[in-house]
Amino acid sequence: MANKLMVEAIRTGTVIDHIPSGQGIKILKQLHLIEGKQKITVGFNLPSKNFSFKDLIKVENRLFSEHEAYQLALFAPSATINVIEDYKVIDKFKMVIPDAIEGIFSCPNSNCISLTEPVKSYFSVKQTNNAIFLKCKYCEKSFNKEIVAGV
Amino acid sequence: MSNPLFQQHIISISDLTRAQLELIITTAEQLKHAAKHDALKNKVIASCFFEPSTRTRLSFETAIQRLGGTVIGFDSGTNTSLGKKGETLSDSIRIISSYADAVIIRHPKEGAARLASEFSSVPIINGGDGSNQHPTQTLLDLFSIYECQQRLDNLNIAFVGDLKYGRTVHSLAQALSLFNCQFQFLSPSALAMPDYILAELNERHVNFQTCNNFEEIIPQADIIYMTRVQKERFDETEYQHIAAKYILGKAQLTNPKSNMKILHPLPRVDEIDVAVDETRYAYYFEQAKNGVYAREALLSLVLNQSLVKG
Ligand SMILES: [Zn+2]
Repeated sequence: MANKLMVEAIRTGTVIDHIPSGQGIKILKQLHLIEGKQKITVGFNLPSKNFSFKDLIKVENRLFSEHEAYQLALFAPSATINVIEDYKVIDKFKMVIPDAIEGIFSCPNSNCISLTEPVKSYFSVKQTNNAIFLKCKYCEKSFNKEIVAGV
Repeated sequence: MSNPLFQQHIISISDLTRAQLELIITTAEQLKHAAKHDALKNKVIASCFFEPSTRTRLSFETAIQRLGGTVIGFDSGTNTSLGKKGETLSDSIRIISSYADAVIIRHPKEGAARLASEFSSVPIINGGDGSNQHPTQTLLDLFSIYECQQRLDNLNIAFVGDLKYGRTVHSLAQALSLFNCQFQFLSPSALAMPDYILAELNERHVNFQTCNNFEEIIPQADIIYMTRVQKERFDETEYQHIAAKYILGKAQLTNPKSNMKILHPLPRVDEIDVAVDETRYAYYFEQAKNGVYAREALLSLVLNQSLVKG
């Protein structure tokens, strides 16, 4: 219950919980949350059962798109998303790293044909040890996720 | 016999299975020794070179002519109005593929062939897309290795020169990793084999070593695959120093195996001394000639459901 005291409850919206400590700030930037008009409450370095510390983000009046869910999965695969209505959690799901990401990020290879043609970008996702690589279907180049997402 | 390559796009060497590679190679061998073939009779093949590559184009066009096919197309980006009027590659390919039975595409941008395959109603053959793939080069390399060694399995293949930027080296190593070969790598450290290729080789449990000089390589090699170290990658004095170490001359050829052959994707500058040409080990001119047969094999498989008898 300690968390609840530190971070104000919201009536409707989304709570991203169990974000590995330090990733919260990246997610705020990645999803351009601060640029929007929604009220956002964040908690960094909160005590956590799973990790020693976690970050937490609450966004009012906002559900996450598939696009945003993929980005979340890439940067905080252990996070959970709680959908809140009338102060209650009505839906709760864990992030899953997708096998492929289509039409979201552009290819970082400036000579890739996908940048100048009417096609959706398409990356297959490969996990090795601790890193996640995205491989462009067109130019066949692999990039680490930070490069593709531009963070 | 029906074949799995019929009406398939040929975009990347990594799309092809071992069995498909073997089928192309044995077909190339048959075609090389056959008197006359008309496997491409009544077929129109578009040869679309958005950037010039004279050898590749002539090799493809020779293959088409020799099998009785007809070529349409263009030989460089400056020589076509496509693109200049703002048309996308996808639209160009939609239209060209409605004229032809297959389209060969060479393009300066990576991924152009894969993209073309998504908009084409007929098979696309990748003739090289930027720094990405050049699968027919790899097919002719494999065919040449098979031809001079009579097998592709369990060979010692030494790769020498620019292993970092040389896409022919990457594709060939990937393809040969399906055949239980061992690799030796000899290159300036700045031009070493990229990590992602080494990771792939490790994943496939391929045995490879990095070597320091020709003496470590020559006695055990079945194939020495030479590539050019480009001057532009180094300053003048550094280049002189480096180049000397990776030039293969007659003097380096001490104690080779009797079956050893030297390959090179050509053109060479000075990385193989001309004195090597007259030795029994030189195989690079035969290899270049094999480009026609490898491309004949590929085109006839892609455009014929059953193989035509010689
Ligand atoms: Zn790309």
